[in-house]
Amino acid sequence: MRKALSFGLATSCAAMLMMPLSATAGKIIISNWDGYMPGNLLERFTAATGIEAELFLHATNEEIMGKIVANRGVGYDVLFVSSPYAEALANLGLSARIDRDLIPNIDNLYTEANHFPHDPGNKHSVPYAWGTTGLCYRSDLVSGTPDSWFDLLRPADELKGKVTMLASDRWLMGAGLFALGYSINATDPEQIGEARDLLIEAKQSLLAYDDTTFYAKLVTGEAALVHAWDGWCNYGIAENPDFKFVVPKEGSDAWVDTMVVVEASPNKEDAHAFINFVLRPEIHAWAVENILYKVPNQAAMESVDTSLFETYPNLAMRPTDLLKLEGLRDLGEAQRYYTRAVTEITASR
Amino acid sequence: MTVSEIRRRLILIGPGLGWLVLFMLVPFALIVIYSFYQRGTYGGIVTIFTLDNYLRAIDPLYLNIFLQSAKIAGIATGLALLIGYPTAYFIATAPKRYRTTLLVLVMLPFWSNFLIRTYAWIVLLNREGLINRALIDIGLIDEPLPLLYNQFAIIVGLLYGYLPFAVMPLYAAISRVGPEVREASLDLGGSAVGTFFRVVLPLTSGGAATSAVFVFVLSIGNFITPDLLGGGRTIMVGNLIYDQFLSARDWPFGSSLAFILMAIVMILLFVQALFVRHAAGREDRTHV
Repeated sequence: MRKALSFGLATSCAAMLMMPLSATAGKIIISNWDGYMPGNLLERFTAATGIEAELFLHATNEEIMGKIVANRGVGYDVLFVSSPYAEALANLGLSARIDRDLIPNIDNLYTEANHFPHDPGNKHSVPYAWGTTGLCYRSDLVSGTPDSWFDLLRPADELKGKVTMLASDRWLMGAGLFALGYSINATDPEQIGEARDLLIEAKQSLLAYDDTTFYAKLVTGEAALVHAWDGWCNYGIAENPDFKFVVPKEGSDAWVDTMVVVEASPNKEDAHAFINFVLRPEIHAWAVENILYKVPNQAAMESVDTSLFETYPNLAMRPTDLLKLEGLRDLGEAQRYYTRAVTEITASR
Repeated sequence: MTVSEIRRRLILIGPGLGWLVLFMLVPFALIVIYSFYQRGTYGGIVTIFTLDNYLRAIDPLYLNIFLQSAKIAGIATGLALLIGYPTAYFIATAPKRYRTTLLVLVMLPFWSNFLIRTYAWIVLLNREGLINRALIDIGLIDEPLPLLYNQFAIIVGLLYGYLPFAVMPLYAAISRVGPEVREASLDLGGSAVGTFFRVVLPLTSGGAATSAVFVFVLSIGNFITPDLLGGGRTIMVGNLIYDQFLSARDWPFGSSLAFILMAIVMILLFVQALFVRHAAGREDRTHV
């Protein structure tokens, strides 16, 4: 799951004021997280196809979702959003149906990458990157091998005050829900309440809730074990080979960041052409080589130098194994239980 | 007032007034309107009238967050006055040729980004940070102190960030008093301490009220400091409002919280205006 590498809070408010006024025919407007695609991608795309394109940035899914809902998507052509939001956009009729004939490179995807629970058959979204959430730790500071969510939630004495958890509501709650044997998409208020109580207890041994700088805390040794997205743990491995990533035995989520064509787009063909361009193996492999994310593009993954998989073992996770994990789904109305539970957790002493 | 005088005044006030109406009153009106509607599942509003957003705000969960925020902002404000007043006094009574330099030094931190300055505090305060390292090296402590990711760190961050906002109005108020007033008090037999507490302090209470409101208002709405320095472990009302818009997708509830916060700010500004007027009255009497 992508979060803006730079701290997103301040910028997102300013960015809300800077929506494109209208998409003009012949130029497509893309909204993506900062640094989530090659810096020169749009120039290369225009050089290859003659289609003009402009990039806007969003710091979080919620930010772009707010803009799209407020304006029925007018002004945008292609959006990069995480799977639950792709699902919601489709349910709201705000995303266009994907025309596979316009995206021949879609055949580069793994077979498994066509069967997501949030969008079976990729009818409304095309996967861009995927991964999971787990524990990232310093093997030189942690004795033994953590393998359970309880290693994070009820840490050994030596780790008390040296663990961090993700702040985003779905993942924070997910740690509690998985630990208790529930689904990360649970909508039963009682299960959510139990997870909340467990997380309030876990807060006592927590250093901080952190979505953006947790791997830096591991690097300095401020933290020894953190709740982390797999790709971000790789940034730590890049600096210190003692970093290890593990998916807890109770299970975890499989998240997918997707590309979506906006239904209100007057340039749907050009939007499809952009997605097709991104799916070229040499373009898509950029995300693996540069930001150390797994991509669902078999041709791209096979083009990557295999030494990368040795350095970053979680990049080598097989699609079948990844998709055994639970897909993150949109919760609709039940989202409010999560919001309330997270407020109760952060407000607790 | 002649017609041309009225026209002159309109031209002078027009741009400022227009700016305020467009960029303050219109968004404010939107917030008020939103706060009485129901939420859309994915953000936005459903135009069905409800008072629910205000009823929810007085739920103990949210009320406590308001109180907690007020407590943190209050402590930051008190400390800002305690530290800001002597600083402002020093600058206001310093030789004239140094004053501009000193004032520039107070404003200097604003030349760099607030986020970067906040991150700098993380470098200073964390367990492996400069302060803990130094204290361990000189043998004062054995184990690092928990300086970061708690309310202490939030207050440090707010105080650091908003201290210049306390110093400036205090400086203005103290320099208005002028040395002749102090001299008069001393000449008439007042002690230095008595002069300060019975002459200077009452005459600058308006400035102090302005400083207090600046620091309090900026602190209570801040959401970056609790997130970064508080490690997300303490939620303040700014975070609560931010969350409603950017993760809970509950714009109406966020709007009602924002409205309540603004109402609190308005009341404080009103009280401050009364204070300043009162102080100004006192100041006028000294010039008779």
